[in-house]
Amino acid sequence: MAVTDVPRIVTARLDHEDSYTLERFLATGGHEGLRKALTMTPEAVAAEVDAASLLGRGGAGFPAGRKWSMLRKAPVTYLVVNGDESEPATFKDHLLIERDPNQIVEGTIIAAYAVQASQVFIYVRGEFALGLERMQQAVNDAYDRGAIGNDIFGSGFSVDVVVHPGAGAYICGDETGLLESLEGKRGFPRIKPPYFPAVMGLYGQPTVVNNVETMSNLPWIITNGGAAFAALGAGRSTGTRLFALSGHVRKPGAFEVEMVKTTFRDLIYAPIYGGGIRGGGELKAFIPGGASSPWFGPDKLDLPLGQDEVGEAGSMLGSGSVVVMDQSTCFVRVAWRITKFFARESCGQCTPCREGSGWLERILYRIEHGSGRVDDLDLLLDVCDNISPGLHWPPQQTTICPLGPSIPPSINSALTLCRDEFLVHIKEGGCPHA
Amino acid sequence: MSYFTPEMRTRAQQLVGLYPKARSALIPLCHLAQEMDGWLRPEAMEEIAELVGVTPAEVRGTATFYDMLDTEPAATYRVSVCTNVACLLDGALELLAHAEERLGVPVGGSTHDGKFHLEESECLADCDFAPCVQVNHRFVRTQTPAAFDELVDDLAAGKRAATIPPHGTLVRVGRNRGLVVDPEQVASERAAMVEAQAARAPSQDAH
Repeated sequence: MAVTDVPRIVTARLDHEDSYTLERFLATGGHEGLRKALTMTPEAVAAEVDAASLLGRGGAGFPAGRKWSMLRKAPVTYLVVNGDESEPATFKDHLLIERDPNQIVEGTIIAAYAVQASQVFIYVRGEFALGLERMQQAVNDAYDRGAIGNDIFGSGFSVDVVVHPGAGAYICGDETGLLESLEGKRGFPRIKPPYFPAVMGLYGQPTVVNNVETMSNLPWIITNGGAAFAALGAGRSTGTRLFALSGHVRKPGAFEVEMVKTTFRDLIYAPIYGGGIRGGGELKAFIPGGASSPWFGPDKLDLPLGQDEVGEAGSMLGSGSVVVMDQSTCFVRVAWRITKFFARESCGQCTPCREGSGWLERILYRIEHGSGRVDDLDLLLDVCDNISPGLHWPPQQTTICPLGPSIPPSINSALTLCRDEFLVHIKEGGCPHA
Repeated sequence: MSYFTPEMRTRAQQLVGLYPKARSALIPLCHLAQEMDGWLRPEAMEEIAELVGVTPAEVRGTATFYDMLDTEPAATYRVSVCTNVACLLDGALELLAHAEERLGVPVGGSTHDGKFHLEESECLADCDFAPCVQVNHRFVRTQTPAAFDELVDDLAAGKRAATIPPHGTLVRVGRNRGLVVDPEQVASERAAMVEAQAARAPSQDAH
């Protein structure tokens, strides 16, 4: 395993200071993919993305091509682009929205053409004030260039794109929560079935929801061919992926790496990526795929960055964020803070999630702040088990959306990796790291 | 008599026109009203309700779900300090404690002059510049107590107005002027919705 020399697919423009402008976009191959796509049939465009076997980059990793093919045939269909990135420690979409919005727009129109969408909504997280402005500017510019609107580039295909601002709710990152929010309601995830918005989505019409990074890959895939994309990576995880690296590393940042060929060790330690642990510390553990994913200890460093590989090892690549914790990290505090996040963001529809998250947060708080009891460790696992029975991976679903079952993994991981730390907190009546 | 100014009213109607169903414009309109007043006044919510064809209670019920929408008067500068996992590892709790001390308010409080409101926020997706701070949802990237103090001094002196405008995200770049839905269609949809609501509501005579 090593750092591989592969083309940068979604971050090619980001070295330029003015990467977000239309001028830079057009000077660096902008709209090439879209123009090519419009000369092909919609089916051929979809086939190319199928050949690339592009996995959705939002978190669930569902093949984008398959999602499109499930779209029920109807006179009105929608494409919704999910830019509501709020998973803790994930900041790749933020980077793409702020630094290369034109690429997202181009990919979006390619996707809209492939699925023959009637209208497109780009849902951008409300807290990205600058990102919203740049995304809107990119859309306006595309209208001026004839890349959106009536008869795009003279192809006869017309589509309208609306940039929609969110208003601050993690739950709206969930596909159906996002659709409810887009309909002007509270972001309550919808009861399944129907399982997929492709059957019943926005306003009850067939809808495809794709992540912004997924869209960003499309211009390159169409320009260079699905086969070229599939040649990168290995197995089911093809192409490159943008990973957001944060925590106790020398150089936190978002890095585009080849999937599977690169390992967690490369990402964290390679000088061109993370550059190793800050201050010469030692790695205690890392969170491989967002707050919902089970943690890994140093023994899993050589695991490749591949969806199936990480899945088989008992966690997930999820949202593409890696949080590195050195030996000075207090696991109780980290588990408490992540649980507090879920408690705050639970939409409140389902009891296990709404009640469980609050109970767990309070128990972890009292352990961290010196009032823990020995029984608390069993109590923690008992409550976790009530939220997601069995505490196995992938977690059993007991709630409408995956937020509930996402609560136990961090607690379970912290306890499994370092139960002693919890006991020390309880015995010494406080946090030894404080 | 419209509560919105004529320009705002026109802009609001344009926003409604962008969506196949008027209610979708509810959240953008809340942002717009908040840009005008700094928070969502009851009068604004009533007008939004009328514009999108729902009741004012439904507007409030939706707005209170979202962190960014204020149904109570808000301070000029909303200072958000993230303490989620990546920021936590980089001293966010310490920075938040410093912010409380510097501004003289606890988390969730506002200063007496109505200038600053301090909040502890969830991940703001800027973790390579942890701990992450936003003012009115603009990333300011002040990672140390000293940088934070400088930021507060600047804001108090009105020095950052160019990069940190007042509330609102839709102020600077106009919405697109794409394939706007026919106003007649919007009007007919709204009429249908009002009818449906009237049919649902218990009749006055029943009591």
